[in-house]
Amino acid sequence: MNATSRLLPVAATTAVFLIGFLICSLTFPNFASLRVVMNLFTDNAFLGIVAVGMTFVIISGGIDLSVGSVIGFSTVFLAIAIERWGVPPLAAFALILVISALFGAAMGAAIEYFELPPFIVTLAGMFLARGASFLMSTESIPITADLYSHLAEQALRLPGGARLTVPAMVMILVVAGGMVLLHLTRFGANVYALGGSRVSTALMGVNVTRTTVLIYTLSSALAGLSGIVFSLYTSSGYSLSAVGVELDAIAAVVIGGTLLSGGYGFVFGTFVGVLIQGLIQTYISFDGSLSSWWAKIATGLLLFAFIGFQQVTLGLARRSRRHATGGAHA
Amino acid sequence: MSLRLPRIGTSQVVALLVILAINWVVSPQFFDIRLQDGRLFGSLIDVLNRGAPVAILSLGMVLVIAMRGIDLSVGAVMAICGAIAASLADSYPLPVVLAAALGAGLACGLWNGFLVAVLGIQPIVATLILMVAGRGIAQLITEGRIVTFTSPELAFLGGGSVLGLPTPIVITLALLALTLLIVRGTALGLLIEATGGNARAAALAGVGTRLITLAVYAWCGLCAAIAGIVAAADILGADANNAGLWLELDAILAVVIGGTSLFGGRFSLVLAVVGALIIQAMNTGILLSGFPPETNLVVKAVVVLAVLLAQSPRLAGLGSNLFGRRA
Repeated sequence: MNATSRLLPVAATTAVFLIGFLICSLTFPNFASLRVVMNLFTDNAFLGIVAVGMTFVIISGGIDLSVGSVIGFSTVFLAIAIERWGVPPLAAFALILVISALFGAAMGAAIEYFELPPFIVTLAGMFLARGASFLMSTESIPITADLYSHLAEQALRLPGGARLTVPAMVMILVVAGGMVLLHLTRFGANVYALGGSRVSTALMGVNVTRTTVLIYTLSSALAGLSGIVFSLYTSSGYSLSAVGVELDAIAAVVIGGTLLSGGYGFVFGTFVGVLIQGLIQTYISFDGSLSSWWAKIATGLLLFAFIGFQQVTLGLARRSRRHATGGAHA
Repeated sequence: MSLRLPRIGTSQVVALLVILAINWVVSPQFFDIRLQDGRLFGSLIDVLNRGAPVAILSLGMVLVIAMRGIDLSVGAVMAICGAIAASLADSYPLPVVLAAALGAGLACGLWNGFLVAVLGIQPIVATLILMVAGRGIAQLITEGRIVTFTSPELAFLGGGSVLGLPTPIVITLALLALTLLIVRGTALGLLIEATGGNARAAALAGVGTRLITLAVYAWCGLCAAIAGIVAAADILGADANNAGLWLELDAILAVVIGGTSLFGGRFSLVLAVVGALIIQAMNTGILLSGFPPETNLVVKAVVVLAVLLAQSPRLAGLGSNLFGRRA
């Protein structure tokens, strides 16, 4: 694929977002403001963070169904550590990042050493993390630590009454970091190679085992970070929080133009995919009369549109390659 | 062609018996069954009855997985069909209600099959679309409310009994027999296994892989519709948010426990149903033993891991070296 067709899916996603934003701005007079955009960032920060990790996993040809449960576990763990055990919040943050990273490493190792499908291993991880958070507490625990109220007030004030909150800042940092890691480092190149072909990647001398374990470690660690942000956002820990977020994250990655078969995709596309999902929610809350289930149907339609679009472009690319090489038969 | 016995299955049946024995230790009345008002009651009957929706789902899922596919949408399809059945039940006769709900399930299955077989989309992704959108559609049908109904005919499918057996059990057994007849009574099962083992080779050998894929997803949708109707009839209502929630995972788990390979090409219908019963027996056992129901998920996770490790190609190699060749 040449440079233009490589960027086409991301360009299409960005166009959909801009058109959507334009439609919203024309429908609702107060929509087109920095404030709405900043709220979009804050409200979807936890999803954006976890979707960056999912992008790595999906580009490598895998899937991680455990992230929603890891977020839920992290919020419960933080609440209990800070409120009941008296762990200082920053130490609790570090602890949960280590725990979730180890959890991801264990899943990656299981996938790699036992040659199991990522789908089912992370499904077990999903049960395990959610079950563990249920065992710790089934009630919502408020977090009253000073750091939490302090961080909640902390925000970069922008013109027009807009506030760049801490969760939004963390998300932007993660997206930027993800872009650097995926597009500019050797690890990133290995992730793409792994999604293209595992066997060829191994034959090229890439340490496939290490890369796979690192990918799932990254995804889980980002889910842990997302849990921290989620607990900041809600100032509490609840074992039922972030149920189904893995689906939202996968949807954001697909809408962002990443191929689910692996080997192709951009972190920026995922970021726009998250914003599109946020935009749908914002439209529904601005409208007031639409019910929340329209968000699910709209997301489903978008998913279908983008997957269909991918199939068509892939089919065209294959056909033109066949023509170029003199045409092997179907 | 005669019905083929499953190649392996002792371990699943033993596992079920062990879990039932543990339940018996935990609660000595576990195997007590009494007849009251022409219907059997007891913990064992309860396991069969509560396990019915997952067992029905697994009958569709097992064929999909045998083809190297997966259907994530069955929980959402259950919600859609339950919502349709519950909203029509009080104003239309039962055949119309059933036809509408089953038709919707068939349409959902055909949609999934179309995406997979005709458009060539990966099964996880193709069925993810309906998994996300389906619950929204179900909420659209119920307008976000919990729809209740009073129709005794529909309620019979969930709470009634035939010859003393609760209707869900009878429906499950009938569906199992029907599936066995269609799939194992003809060459269809062989063709499904061939498609799952190597779709390209099967197609070159003259198997209509596209049509078979379409049909199997449609069948899975139909099973989901039946499960949705049974679940709605059981609670005399439809809750679009919670009906069938996470049941796709239980169904996949049941199929995997039943020894069907996730890599396609090998499946057992009976053992998938046994798998569903194992899951339900664990649920019931945890409830009976007085452990908090939250333990359930952790136990399930451990079981998935154990089954996965047992299926793992690497461990299988190790095992055959240690214990000699097995199955």
